[in-house]
Amino acid sequence: MNESKFLSVERVDVIFPTPKGPLTVLEGASFEVARGEVVALIGHSGCGKSTLLNVIAGLHTASRGGVILEGREVTAPGPDRAMVFQTHALLPWLSAYDNVRLAVDRVFGKTKSKAERHDWTLQHLELVHMAHAAERKPAEISGGMRQRVGIARALAMQPKVLLMDEPFGALDALTRAQLQDALLELHASLGMTVILVTHDVDEAVLLSDKVVMLTNGPHAHVGEVMPVPLARPRERLALAEDAAFTHARAELLRFLHAAHPARAA
Amino acid sequence: MAAVIQLVSGANIAPAAPTAPAVTSPAPELPPPAPRGPAWLRASGPNPRAQAAARQLVAALAGLLALVALWSALAAGTRLPGPGATWVSAVELVSDPFYRNSPNDQGIGWNVLASLRRVALGFGAAALVGIPLGFVIGRFRFLGDAAGPVISLLRPVSPLAWLPIGLLLFRSAEPSAIFAIFICSIWPMIVNTASGVQQVPREYLDVARVLRLSEWTVFRRILLPASLPQVLTGVRLSVGIAWLVIVAAEMLTGGVGIGFWVWDEWNNLNVEHILIAIFVIGAVGLLLEQALLLLARRLP
Repeated sequence: MNESKFLSVERVDVIFPTPKGPLTVLEGASFEVARGEVVALIGHSGCGKSTLLNVIAGLHTASRGGVILEGREVTAPGPDRAMVFQTHALLPWLSAYDNVRLAVDRVFGKTKSKAERHDWTLQHLELVHMAHAAERKPAEISGGMRQRVGIARALAMQPKVLLMDEPFGALDALTRAQLQDALLELHASLGMTVILVTHDVDEAVLLSDKVVMLTNGPHAHVGEVMPVPLARPRERLALAEDAAFTHARAELLRFLHAAHPARAA
Repeated sequence: MAAVIQLVSGANIAPAAPTAPAVTSPAPELPPPAPRGPAWLRASGPNPRAQAAARQLVAALAGLLALVALWSALAAGTRLPGPGATWVSAVELVSDPFYRNSPNDQGIGWNVLASLRRVALGFGAAALVGIPLGFVIGRFRFLGDAAGPVISLLRPVSPLAWLPIGLLLFRSAEPSAIFAIFICSIWPMIVNTASGVQQVPREYLDVARVLRLSEWTVFRRILLPASLPQVLTGVRLSVGIAWLVIVAAEMLTGGVGIGFWVWDEWNNLNVEHILIAIFVIGAVGLLLEQALLLLARRLP
């Protein structure tokens, strides 16, 4: 299989029925993701980037076109495309451990023993440095910690691709930076494939190998795909004055604010 | 301000001047806000929670006192027994709540227990049917749309209208009363359960879809815990309705029960006993409600 075509989004249209007639949110959106690549989907709010991610997840069905993962078309949601939600979507009546364990039991119920599933759950909580909070409920931990548990739950499914829908958007700037660093660290050790929806230019450049820029909706499509030629492992402080980083950032800003400025909110 | 000055100087014989100017003029120096509540309460200590509780207790007692005062006033001009006569009768009645002279002459305790038994049966059956029904109605949109009009049509029907249907179906008074309770107390449980299920955040269900959880697991791990508070609200409303319905139903069906007892004492012209029954019915309803509130608070 061609590695650059690990996952491909092919001419996806999404049309929502509205009282005023059909609304074409996305029209002909296409891009490709290689195995182990981190791809950022960026665009102004309302451009349909979350919708596109939901199509990849299988939570939403494309009106035309589709998504191919490892040569097979995506038709329904599944744990091979684990999702990290902006609202973390942890079940509030379950502890951090039980939230992860629910996913582990479902995905590995038939292939791993009970003890192995327990270890697997703890391993993934440790991976995001949350083992100490395993017994706490979501309401008892901070927003950043909740998102870490959300990432642990998704990674514990051992997905082919990790989908992240503005995962750090609801966090304060310092916590967000910590979580971005945590994601860099996870990618350095696991090398997982990630598709990340964001509207944060710095986040897109810092984390991704490739930025897919969506034009403004309706009829949004992929305006440009920009590779981010920065070596890994990446280090936030070192990059701050890196010429390539600054250049990539400027390119993105030009796309978002000069070529496709947001309509007045 | 002018009106105030006139008041202070004692020269205000004319009706109070319009207060509008006082609003536009610069605000006068206000005295420090007076502490709220009676002085003896304020002096009772620095614990604000104890103070608040004491204040609530005083208010509650004042309300009850007002009720008794109103009752006395009403009793003075009519044939209604006053609080004093009712109290004497109540002491006598409560001192022997579990006597049995004949099927139609039993202690108030037996009557209350008989009513509670019917409520437990009718309400229990309604919960067994209504809560699962609420879940499927809330979960599956087509069923929800199908059930909506039926529920809206049947919910406002008075319990007494169901009683003849019960008599027709069961040919006996006892199950008919239980049937009336069943059918009247089922609606809040269906409606609240369904709305609780519909309000489960979409992300939780997205998680379930990503994990491909079975419908049973979705119910057990997500829908049930997420909607439990609203289910319990439905249960609480239903118990309240069941207790309302039983009194009316028993008046018609007879037998042993607090509703029948009220009607029987009316035939005996023992109005004191009717008043006592009203208090007992109220107290039992209050206890049922409080017990369920306590249960709801105990939940995680």
